[in-house]
Amino acid sequence: MKRLLPAAFALIFATPALACEVVRIGDIEIGHAWSRATIGADRPGVVYLTIRNTGSTDDALFGLVTPVAEMPMLHETVVTDGIASMPHAMSVPVPAGQTVALEPGGFHAMLMGLTEALDKGATFPLTLTFQNAGEVTVTVEVLALAAKGPDCEDSQP
Amino acid sequence: MRLTGLQKILWAAAGLATLAWLGWIMPQTNTKSDVAVVETAAFRPEFALADASGQIRTNTDFSGKFLLVFFGFTNCPDVCPMTLSEVASVMNDLGPDAARVQPLFISVDPERDRKLGLAEFTGAFHPSIIGLAGTEAATRAAAQSFKIFYERDTDDAAPDGYTMSHSPALYLVGPGGDWLRLFDYGTPATTILADLRSRL
Repeated sequence: MKRLLPAAFALIFATPALACEVVRIGDIEIGHAWSRATIGADRPGVVYLTIRNTGSTDDALFGLVTPVAEMPMLHETVVTDGIASMPHAMSVPVPAGQTVALEPGGFHAMLMGLTEALDKGATFPLTLTFQNAGEVTVTVEVLALAAKGPDCEDSQP
Repeated sequence: MRLTGLQKILWAAAGLATLAWLGWIMPQTNTKSDVAVVETAAFRPEFALADASGQIRTNTDFSGKFLLVFFGFTNCPDVCPMTLSEVASVMNDLGPDAARVQPLFISVDPERDRKLGLAEFTGAFHPSIIGLAGTEAATRAAAQSFKIFYERDTDDAAPDGYTMSHSPALYLVGPGGDWLRLFDYGTPATTILADLRSRL
C-alpha cells in the first residue's frame, strides 16, 4: 500500500496529458503530439503536432522515422472545388517566429505500413528531422479514434 | 514620357475592353450560381447499398428520419475520422431526438472496406452510424444521386497502391427524402446540432 501511494499520486498529477508536453531542439519547440487509435494494423495511422520556431531563421520539417510504421510520410489534406485529396508533402515549412500545426484537415504525418495496431492510451516515439535544427524524438500519445485532439491548458506548444 | 495619339487610343481601347469584359463576366457568374442554387434545392437522393451484414438498405428504409450522410473510405486517416467524430458528437448531444436522425457512412471504396471491416470502423465513432458498402455500380449511382464526386487515385506509396479523392461534406436529407443542405468539411458539431434542432 505504501508503495502504491506515490504511484497513485503520480497518476493524479500526470495531467495534463502526455501529448501536452513540449520538446525543444535549438529554436524549435514541438508539442501536442498525438495520434488516433487504429482498428488493427491494416489501415494507416496518423500523427498531429504543433511546431513553433522561436528563432530568426526559417526551418522545415522533412523527415519522419518511427518504429510503429514502415513508411511514415508527410501529407496535406487539400480541399479544392469541394473535393478532398491528400497529396504528399516533401516538407512542412516552419517560418521564423511562427507556429505551424499538423492538424486535422491540414498537414499531417501519415503512418503507412503500421507494424502494430495503435491502441488508445499507448505511446510511441517519432523522430523528426528539421533542415536546420536537426533531429529530435517526441513521444506521441494515442488518443481515441474519434478524438479531436489532446485537452491541453495552453493552445500553443 | 508623352503618349502619342495612337498610344492614347490603344490605352482607351484596352480600358473599354476591360470594362466590357467585366460587364459580361459578372452577370455570367451570378446567373451560374443562381442556377446552382435552384438545381440543388429540390432533389431526392436515392441509394440501394449493402450494410455491414450484407442486407441492402435503400433511402426509403429511412423515410421519416433525417439522414446525415457522409461519403468516405475507412482507410482515410484524416478527413473521415474528423467528420465522423463531429457526427458522433452531434448524435450524443441530440439526446432523445437522436432517434429521429440516422447517420450513414457510404463507402466510396466498398470492396476494400468490406474486407477491412465496415462495422468496426463506424462503431468506433458511434453505435448509431450505419456503414454502407455496395457494389461499384450502386456506389457510383448513389454518388451521382447525391451529386457528389469521388475517384480512385493511383499512389504507389499508399496501401494497395491507391487512395481516394472524395467530396468531404456532410449531407442532410429530410424525413420526406428531400436533399436539404450540406455542411462543409470542418463544420463543427455545434453548428450541425443547432441546424438539426431548428428542424426537429
